Amino acid sequence: MNHTTELMENELIGCRDVSLGYEGRAILEHLDLSIRAGDYLCIVGENGSGKSTLLKSLLGLLSPLSGEILRAPELKRGAIGYLPQQTRAQKDFPATVQEVVLSGFLNSPGFHFFYTPAQKSAAMMNLGKLGVLELKKRCYRELSGGQQQRVLLARALCAASRLLILDEPITGLDPAAAQDLYKTLRYLNQKEGMAVVMVTHDMPSALANGKTILHIGHRRTFQGTVAEYLASPEGRRFGGGK
Amino acid sequence: MSLLFEMFTYPFLVRAFLVGILVSLCAALLGVSLVLKRYSMIGDGLSHVSFGALAVAVALGWAPLAFSIPVVILAAFLLLRIADGSRINSDAAIAVTSASALAIGVIVTSLTTGMTTDVDSYMFGSILAMSDADVGLSVGLSIAVLALFCLFYHKLFAITFDENFSRATGLKVEVYNTLLSILTALTIVLGMRMMGAMLISSLVIFPALSAMRLFRSFRGVVLCAGVLAVVCFCLGLSGSYLLSTPVGASVVVVNLVVFLLFTLVSRLRAR
Repeated sequence: MNHTTELMENELIGCRDVSLGYEGRAILEHLDLSIRAGDYLCIVGENGSGKSTLLKSLLGLLSPLSGEILRAPELKRGAIGYLPQQTRAQKDFPATVQEVVLSGFLNSPGFHFFYTPAQKSAAMMNLGKLGVLELKKRCYRELSGGQQQRVLLARALCAASRLLILDEPITGLDPAAAQDLYKTLRYLNQKEGMAVVMVTHDMPSALANGKTILHIGHRRTFQGTVAEYLASPEGRRFGGGK
Repeated sequence: MSLLFEMFTYPFLVRAFLVGILVSLCAALLGVSLVLKRYSMIGDGLSHVSFGALAVAVALGWAPLAFSIPVVILAAFLLLRIADGSRINSDAAIAVTSASALAIGVIVTSLTTGMTTDVDSYMFGSILAMSDADVGLSVGLSIAVLALFCLFYHKLFAITFDENFSRATGLKVEVYNTLLSILTALTIVLGMRMMGAMLISSLVIFPALSAMRLFRSFRGVVLCAGVLAVVCFCLGLSGSYLLSTPVGASVVVVNLVVFLLFTLVSRLRAR
């Protein structure tokens, strides 16, 4: 295989023959992956197959054992919109929606010790975009699960404008709220050109919304469009019945 | 009332007010972060480490604060590391460290000086324990803690609320966690001379807990905790002077009363 050490046009993140793991033990080996502007990639697979490890590496929290992960210049400073799984501590955390959303700007170039007026209005705009502007003074812990995810998504939008990375975003949401979230992501992907990378267990929605699928198995990985995936052995087993 | 004015004619009481107010303020501000990060017991653990270090310093004739500050900073750093590494349960680690340090302190004192009033004042606090040099150091360090807290307020909020997200946006989370542990360690060492090793952790926990009963924004909680800490300390110290009760215990009891009051108000409001 021919591995270029340069990013291709439109490529946001490129993994070149990457092996990932902890303390020298590889979990995922020889992975090539490229995430381009406007992509909608769903990462699926069994528990323990290395989905979260891959996510950590894409976010730059874990360096690869071998190979190379290239990032577009605008992502270099960590400007990736990340929607992590909610933690236990957040359940009773006293913070207003406004405070939570603003923290998305924390590491943006203009930030030193205090938020600028421009950042404040951008935060409000992002809340508006996700339809939760009227909640800005409310306490985060008193919101419903779906509202909380929207607020966290607005925070992610403050951090980045080109790539969103989501870690099992619909965990704990009721079906209606989950569908709402998918609709929002579709909007951001299609209308705003935001690339979406999502680890998910929700196969039907992954197949319905995703443009490409990365299936991480214990022995081999599969990458391709949804149609290709459904025709592959992994796809027949995982996406069966669809 | 005249009794209260009389208090301020004693220079050692004025010193106690000055240091106490600053240290309570630091403890309360840091406490909000610590309580929310589920590190409430860290204050307790560190104060016992501080007691052990002081006992060793007294036995060897070294300057107490100069020796115990680095030891406690190291302990704080290790405890927060363990909490993140999660190979050992962090509450178990804190309990073990705390008991071991206390045991070492007690053995060292009984082998050397015996349980003198000095040691007793470390356990339960004393406002007489502070020299002019201690006061200078305490004031300087408290102001540093307050300044750093204000400068890094937004970052501390983000890290407290969501460490993973902060890390993903490229924030050096470890640096700020280390900063938090150093500031906490300093506050504990400074405060325990007055409050005592057994009671200092209440300064960290109580104001934050009380404030969380009533306030729903992070800023509201931080401000309220700061005000409560100062008010409770002043009431506690005055009470201790009027009733001749130990300072540390009086401050804790005032904090407890405020906490119960706030809990009651939040219950009534929820109806």
